[in-house]
This record gives sequence, C-alpha cells and structure tokens, in this order.
Amino acid sequence: MVNRKWPETWQEVNPGCMVFEPGSASEYHTGTWRSQKPVWNNEKCIKCGICYIFCPEGCIHEGADGYFSADMDYCKGCGICAHECWPAAISMVEEG
Amino acid sequence: MIEIRWHGRGGQGAVTSVELLAVAAIEEGKFAQGFPSFGPERRGAPVAAFNRVDTKRIKSRAGIYKPDVVAVLDESLIDLVNVVEGLKPQGILIVNTQKTAGQIAKATGFKGHIGVVDARGIAMHEMGVSIANTTMIGALIKATGVVTMDAMKSPIDHRFGRIADKNMNAMTRAYNEIKIS
Amino acid sequence: MSKRIGMEVSIAAAEAVALCRIDVAAVYPITPSTHIAEHLSSIVSDGKLDAEFITVESEHSAMSGIMGASAAGARAFTATGSQGVMYMHEMLPVASAMRLPVVMAIGNRAVSGPLNILNDHGDIMMERDTGWISLFAQNGQEVIDMIIQAFRIAEHKDVMLPVNVNIDGFILTHMVEAMDMPDQDEIDRFLPPFVPYATLHPDRPVSMGTFAGNDIYTEISKSKDAALINAKKTILQIWKEWEKLFGRKYEPIESYRADDAEILLLTMGSMGETAEMAIDALRAKGMSVGLLKFKLWRPFPFDELKKAVKGAKILTVIDRAISYGGPGGPLGIEVRSALYDESSRPAIFNYIIGLGGRDVTPEDFMTILKSSASQAKKKAMKERYVIYGVRES
Repeated sequence: MVNRKWPETWQEVNPGCMVFEPGSASEYHTGTWRSQKPVWNNEKCIKCGICYIFCPEGCIHEGADGYFSADMDYCKGCGICAHECWPAAISMVEEG
Repeated sequence: MIEIRWHGRGGQGAVTSVELLAVAAIEEGKFAQGFPSFGPERRGAPVAAFNRVDTKRIKSRAGIYKPDVVAVLDESLIDLVNVVEGLKPQGILIVNTQKTAGQIAKATGFKGHIGVVDARGIAMHEMGVSIANTTMIGALIKATGVVTMDAMKSPIDHRFGRIADKNMNAMTRAYNEIKIS
Repeated sequence: MSKRIGMEVSIAAAEAVALCRIDVAAVYPITPSTHIAEHLSSIVSDGKLDAEFITVESEHSAMSGIMGASAAGARAFTATGSQGVMYMHEMLPVASAMRLPVVMAIGNRAVSGPLNILNDHGDIMMERDTGWISLFAQNGQEVIDMIIQAFRIAEHKDVMLPVNVNIDGFILTHMVEAMDMPDQDEIDRFLPPFVPYATLHPDRPVSMGTFAGNDIYTEISKSKDAALINAKKTILQIWKEWEKLFGRKYEPIESYRADDAEILLLTMGSMGETAEMAIDALRAKGMSVGLLKFKLWRPFPFDELKKAVKGAKILTVIDRAISYGGPGGPLGIEVRSALYDESSRPAIFNYIIGLGGRDVTPEDFMTILKSSASQAKKKAMKERYVIYGVRES
C-alpha cells in the first residue's frame, strides 16, 4: 500500500490545491540525492557560519560547541558549503 | 430629446458644465448624459463636451453629430474650429461674447437662432475669474429651458461649496442678460 | 432604499465598491479607469471606509497585493485597463488557480500599439483564458450592480474565483448619467462578510500556490475548469436574488425583440442599447431583426446561446476586438465554435467595429444588419470577418 501524497483524481483536488498539513515538505528526504557529503575539519573551522548561511537546503546547524554540521536526511551534497568555506574547513567526500 | 455640444478650451470647464447640467436634469427626474470628447486632457487645446437630456431613458452611446444646441465658452474658438458643424438649422448657437448676434452670424455662417452674452464680463465681475462655464449654463437654460434654474442649485452647491453663491449669481445674471436673435 | 443619482459612472463604481465594505484595494491608476481609483482613495482617506488603500508601483504589484490580501482573508479590489491588465497578466491565472475571490474593474481600452487610450475590448480578450469570471456592463446601472454582484459571486463557497467587471472606457467610465445607488443596509443584507475557505495565519498553517508537477497539474487544471463552468449555476442564483431585491434582471445573454427575429445581432458591453435603436428602426421598416447581448463572457453561456439563436436564419456577431491572423473576432470565433455541432444553426457573420475608440452609431448597426441580410441571400459571406468602416484605397 502506497501512502498517497497527492490527490488521485481531479475531484479530490482541494480548491486552490491548498496544502493543510504544515511542514509536509520535510517528509521529502532530499538526502537521497547525495553522492558526496561535506566533512568538517574543526581544526580549521573558525565558526564563521558562512556554510550555514549559504546552504540552499537550510540543513546545516550550529552545535552546542559552536561548530557546524549538516543534517544528512536533507543534505543534497551540492558542495556549496565547501565552496564557500574560505578557511577550507569543509571537504566533499564520496559517499559509500 | 435635446442634444447639446459645448466648445471650450482644456481648463475652461466645459466638462464641468456638462456634468452639472446632467446632474441637475437627473435630479429634476429627467434622464441625461454628460460626457467629454474622449481622450487625453489638453489644457488650452480646443475641446468639446456633450449633453443629452430627455424625459425617457436614453439609449444612444454614440457621439453627437447633429446637436440642437451649441454653446461656445470661448469665442476665439470660432476662428479655430467649425463650432456650428452639424448644428440643426432650427437649433441655437450660444456664444460667450461682447459682439452682437449679427456679428456672430456673420463669423459662423449660422442662419438659425443665436444667443449672445458677455459671460466673461459677468464671471469677472461676480467671481473675479474669467472662467465662464457656470455662467454660460444660465444663458443656456434661458435659451433652451432644458432644466430650471432652481435645479442647478444643488449640483452647484455640491460642486463649489462656499463659492457656490457667486456661481449662482453669475449664472442668474447670464440667464437674465442673454440676448437671443 | 435605493437613491436615484446622477454622477460619473466611475465615481458610482467607487461608491459601489465602498458599499461592499472592502478591506483592501491596491491600484495603479491608468486611463480610463483612473477616476475609480481616485474616488475610492478619497473615500478611504476621508475615513468613510475602513480599508487599506495601497498605492503600488505597478499593476503587477496591484494584482499581487490584492491576491496576498485575499489569501489573508481580506475582501480585496483593484481597477485597471489595457496595458495595466496586460501587466497583471502573469498574476491573473495564479489568482484563479489559487481560487482567490478578488474583484477587478476593467475600464476597457485598446492595447498598444500604436498607443491609444480609447475604448475597445482588446485588453480583456487577451485575458480571456486566465480562468476569471468575466462580466460585461452595458450602462452605469449595470456597473454598480455587477461590481456588488461580483463580490458575492466570487466569494460564494461553490465558486471561489476572481471576477472582472468590464466597463467600456470613456463611453461608460467618463459618462455622467442617471443610476440607482442601493443603500448600505440593502447591500449589507445582500453581501455578508467574507468567509474565506482558508487564510494564511500562523495558528492554522496552510500552503497556497504550491508547485505541481506533471503528476497532478492536469488534475488541478481540470478542477479549475470545472469550477469555472460550475460557477454559472451560482451566478444565475445570485442574479435571481438580485432581481428579487432590486427589480433589475440579469441574464447571461439578454435579448431584445429577439423572440421571433430572423436576423439577430449579437453585441457586448456598452454597444447594447445603441444597438437597440437600430433594431427599433429596422423593425419599424418591417425587417425581422432582434438583439442579443452577452453579459456573461466567462463561463461561456453555451446553453443560453443555443436557445437564443434557435429559429434565427442569420446571426451577426459584433466584435470590439481583433484576433490578428485568426479566424474572426474573439466573440465571432467562439460563437461559431459553440454552434458548430448544432444540426440547425443560423448563418454567422462577424463584424469587427469600434476599435481604438472609433464611434459606433445606430446607423452602423443598421448598415451591418442590412449587409448581412443581403449576403445571406447570396448564401455566403465574402470573408470570414469584416473590419467594418475601415478606409480603403
């Protein structure tokens, strides 16, 4: 049994195709798109947070110690964080 | 139905005249239209504005090509535009001028009735301005009886507030002073 | 009690909008709809109407603004025309897809180029496929009535679609004439406060205007199409109710001396009553002519059209817009298409008239009707459509 995300027929479409379930986009795990993952070298990290700012997925978070990490359920492995990290503390590593 | 064409220059209040006259007729229980020559507003340029007044509902939304009455707010327009174009031979031409009806007949070639009134002089004296649009309504009412002078009071009050009385005075003087051939 | 008034139709339109107690208006003024916006803004700034009047920087923003307001639960209005409605174009199908019951008054005006500010129906015809309900007024009274009806129709739970009210630019927008203005109590009874289907509110989260891929776009489009078609039922009910309350009858296609007519003329908007004069004049000469007037353009009144033309030999469709390189004027194309499957249908002639503010007189309609009649005898119209009155060398 497939859990249906969409209305099946046109009659089931809500007026305006409104979605009443808040945060439903979080059910979609974009982490499955990833072929490379970001790995932080905290010895180089200066806690500037530029990775957090630039992450298009909004999946990088600041830990209690002030260092950053990505939520692998949603990280697409796009590499923007690594590209933007000017102390070069983030490297992209092949999955697997 | 009576159809009226007003000639003026942009800014001389021809559109205000047709609006006031139409509102007065409607408030009297008649049917009326008041509309400008459609298009951009052009201060100083020759413009026309139109009225239809009837006791029945008015259907036509076409332009007015054969007016019963032509009112000219600015006599210098006579040299610029053919103010009597389409004016019915049995109709009437009303001009704001110090000239005589005979002189206007000669200038326009119109052979029907002509009403002349020094509306500019009246407006200057009564209101201190040379804008003669409301003054000319008085002349037009005398010449046509299209509405009563009483009917003008409410739209003039509504439009001009504290200077309404001056406008009514100028209008009344033009009503009394117009000379019709 | 309604009050008989004499005023410019645009001013009356703004007064009617105020009677509807709108919450938000966002307008970018454009000729010939400007006086509607101007007067509405005065009503708001004079404190006579508790509403937000947003002076936006473009028509695109005006439409986006009232859509946002509507999504937040506000009763919202805008007015525009021509280039303005075209600048809104991108947002118009979004408003209908999001089922936002906003109301727009269109002071119909020819589209550039060349630049022209006068009336024709070119602007609305370019927006015909955007999923809005589209009404056409033929006089000032219908402008007042249709604006008020529009909010009731748009917000009805079985409709929830935006409505545009088409008001011929200058011919109606700048006309001072006699109208009946309903009073506030009457309108409060007719038009209850807006109860939105859903609103954007942090306490009750909802996503509007979401992405839809190829797995669902077709179903959503079908549901929007069905909603528009289905809206006619509600429009008819609301018009019946209006007639009961105010004694003025509204039908998708109004007819005038058309019942037994062999030759029918079909018009839209402010040409209607001028055309009646032509019908009267030709009837007086013994010609069997009648008049049909489209008041409901979308949803298209198929059934009413089929019924109205039954028995007629000739149907002469008047368009005030042109579909360049197309098979006729927009109304002509649709009427032909709507009647194509009928086993018995009148010969259809299509004339395009009144472009860019060219005057339309009763004599024009008489010429057109006589010409259709003589061409029908020859069993053929020389061209699929004729641009009437064009100067030729």
